[in-house]
Amino acid sequence: MTVTTDAGTTPSDDRVLSFDGLDVRFTTEFGSVHAVKGISLDVRPGEVVALVGESGSGKSVTSMTALGLLPKNARVGGNVEVAGKSVGSLDSRGLRRLRGNDVAMVFQEPMTALNPVLTIGLQMSEALELHGIAYGRAALDRAVELLRMVGIPEPERRIKQYPHELSGGQRQRVVIALAISCNPRVIIADEPTTALDVTVQADILDLLRSLKDQLDTGILLITHNMGVVADMADRVAVMFKGEIVERGTVDEVLNRPQHPYTRRLLEAVPHLGRGPGQFGTSRHAADSVDLVGAPALEVKNVVIEYHRTGKPPFRAVDDVSFEVRQGEVVGLVGESGSGKSTLGRAALGLIEPAAGEISLFGERFTGMSAKASKRLRRRIGVIFQDPAASLNPRLPIGDVISEPMIVHGVGDRRSRQKTVYELLDAVHLPRSVFNRYPHELSSGQRQRVSVARALTLEPELLVADEPTSALDVSVQASVLAMFTELQERYRFACLFVSHDLAVVDLLAHRVVVLRDGKIVEHGDREQVLQHPREEYTQRLLAAAPVPEPGEQRRRREERHRLLESLGDEVTALQVDPQREHGPLDDSTRE
Amino acid sequence: MTDPNQHEAHEAIVPMPGGQGADPGSLQPVTRVEDDLEGATTDKSYSQGQLVLRRFLRHRAAMISLAVLVFVTVLAFTSIGVGPIPGWWTYNYLQPVEVVNGGRPTLSLWPFSIGEHPFGQDTIGRDWFAMVMRGTQRSLIIAFVVGIVSTLVGTAVGALAGYYRGWVEALLMRMTDLLIVIPLLALAAALGQISGGRNIFVLALVLGLVTWTGLARLVRGEILSLREREFVSAARAVGTSPARIIVKHILPNTLGTIIVAATLSIASAILLETSLSYLGFGVKPPDTSLGLLISDYQNAFTSRPWLFWWPGIFILGIALAVNFIGDGLRDAFDPRQNRKKD
Repeated sequence: MTVTTDAGTTPSDDRVLSFDGLDVRFTTEFGSVHAVKGISLDVRPGEVVALVGESGSGKSVTSMTALGLLPKNARVGGNVEVAGKSVGSLDSRGLRRLRGNDVAMVFQEPMTALNPVLTIGLQMSEALELHGIAYGRAALDRAVELLRMVGIPEPERRIKQYPHELSGGQRQRVVIALAISCNPRVIIADEPTTALDVTVQADILDLLRSLKDQLDTGILLITHNMGVVADMADRVAVMFKGEIVERGTVDEVLNRPQHPYTRRLLEAVPHLGRGPGQFGTSRHAADSVDLVGAPALEVKNVVIEYHRTGKPPFRAVDDVSFEVRQGEVVGLVGESGSGKSTLGRAALGLIEPAAGEISLFGERFTGMSAKASKRLRRRIGVIFQDPAASLNPRLPIGDVISEPMIVHGVGDRRSRQKTVYELLDAVHLPRSVFNRYPHELSSGQRQRVSVARALTLEPELLVADEPTSALDVSVQASVLAMFTELQERYRFACLFVSHDLAVVDLLAHRVVVLRDGKIVEHGDREQVLQHPREEYTQRLLAAAPVPEPGEQRRRREERHRLLESLGDEVTALQVDPQREHGPLDDSTRE
Repeated sequence: MTDPNQHEAHEAIVPMPGGQGADPGSLQPVTRVEDDLEGATTDKSYSQGQLVLRRFLRHRAAMISLAVLVFVTVLAFTSIGVGPIPGWWTYNYLQPVEVVNGGRPTLSLWPFSIGEHPFGQDTIGRDWFAMVMRGTQRSLIIAFVVGIVSTLVGTAVGALAGYYRGWVEALLMRMTDLLIVIPLLALAAALGQISGGRNIFVLALVLGLVTWTGLARLVRGEILSLREREFVSAARAVGTSPARIIVKHILPNTLGTIIVAATLSIASAILLETSLSYLGFGVKPPDTSLGLLISDYQNAFTSRPWLFWWPGIFILGIALAVNFIGDGLRDAFDPRQNRKKD
């Protein structure tokens, strides 16, 4: 492997990345925005420093300064040094040499980080050629070698493929291979696993861990996920509104947080295995469940297909049966592509099943008159994932919430307004938002509005499609607490679609695990989430990180044992023996 | 199927002017932190409408154009009056009067004086100012009626085709294609010949009925993407009727496109009427329009150039003004259009 010369590095200074009094302001249409307020942070070789914070805290802006990638309207103060070079003093040519050679980036969304119209091989050899590491045939050979290192099977075939032909996890591996292609001193990983499923996330984290151990690279890990922090980080810096409010080793920060914000952030993370009762929610028992009447939702042998031109239809849901009793919360769990959202939409009557039947309160949408279906829709409510997309941007909040009443001709103007005010109180929003527009609210407030809208007609069944996955953890916690409170008050049945096992653990009476459109496991919450029978459920549970470093280490080792017992390999960087420094972590050794 | 995680934790590189309320350096007690997190709306926020208005008011070319258009409209309608209501100008556009100064314009800028016939007189002594004002009135009426009719038809066709898809879309869009492939001027001339001349509103209506095609395509495109949005699914799940979804939930979100296309269609309607009248298929004498004025006196261009220049200046002025207003509206509705290259 060619090691590029690191001109200008002083041997005494072992910091590969340092921020010193970094200060960033953006000039916008509305005046100046102070995004980063004089922070200092160091990353040393072979060390993972996690920069933690919620959206808008300035953590991504901080990382962008290390690559000199901020937009033109940014004014940067302070000093950023990468491998001994001050980023601010470099011209565009020096910056280009810096990016890749000294510092590389792993982005959040691997699909958009890779160019969709170029083959994997071309993109990788381009990076190698630009930095003068290898050319032509040699560059392609090197690309194959890099892909093999990050654990992509059949790399010779993969380099001829396009990004869309790879799975999400494999794409992220390609991005990591690209990042290490020029042997950088430090890698900035900006939410590297946020867009990935939890089992894939665990693999990618294993890969990153073995990478820093074997290549002695420093990693600046930017994330909002405390579980990922506990799994990966050596040191942690907590960022809040452009400032670092707390820093220390991972054990200090996660187990003995000092700053109120850190404490609050940690308290807001739902813990898998603790079940209901977190965030001051009550431990509602199954006694609210009505076992006698017709089930609120009954799904019987349902098949849902998407038509594709020129190809056989895609079967998104395959022969699925379950039911939601009145007053019961059923968690529908699965990874992306498992068909859980499709099922949710089908339950709402937005998609027709190709076979089987879906009935609500004993009635079916299929073959129903428009009038009867409208009457049935009155009894169901819906909450979607993205609060920004599910509220009409042109309607003020008051109209958004009262819309279902207008559609169903309930009440007059005054009584509707009264109901809206009551609902705003119920979801803990000030009444003053009545005349505000959705874009004026934060995402948590918007999701509260969606919840209020869903409850306007006092539905007996609520379909919630990933209602908290677009929210920051602290906001998620308050929305979940509010949700359980409302569920106890209104006693609605709920189909809760989620990929987050910890959230489902907190809410659901029963859990349905879905994979590739088929039910894998189905049963009471405790049975499924604590004593899973199926291998897939076990894998899912083992891969979910918890925000406590010690416990997470134990869980990680357990997961590796599980993978070995199932005959799978633990992901690790495959380096040539002569280069190997000897992995520090036993679990990564083959 | 949507990826559950893809919306999670978007990290805006440029934070929006929201949630920046906290002052730096204050280590907040818990309650304060809570306030900052949940009360992320700021005192300083603008509604969508206010933002658009703000950007529009700052668009200098659009503001000047708006002033010009208002001035021209007021001048045209008050000077010679509308129908039975008399205006403040002494002469009308039909009666020839005694020729003053050889028919040349009496308007002089320095020293400023309007004189008897500021725009001059035509070959038989009619007051040219009155005639140009009459022509401007007619052209403006045609332009705005065409603008409104074509916008209504285009929006309706586009909305129905985009929302219902299937055979409704096939039928409506093939009809649109059919109208597009026939040369507009030929079609308008033929229809104008049949209906126009007698009543200017009928002519305008006919022109409106052949110029909606572009807008229909634009609106359909917008609606195709909007109908897949979650707020539309949410409305459908509640049991909202398709008509209400289209009118209340979808169309307000295409307002930017519609307004912009409407202004641009007004500008092109002025030019279309001008060309039609010039070719003799539009407004018929003794009534007049700006296009007709130019066409009638094109031979007088060398001997009496003012007969050509005045209506020409008004056509140019109105068309430019409306186009600039459309530009300003487009920039105001879509800030990305306005951004200079990075």
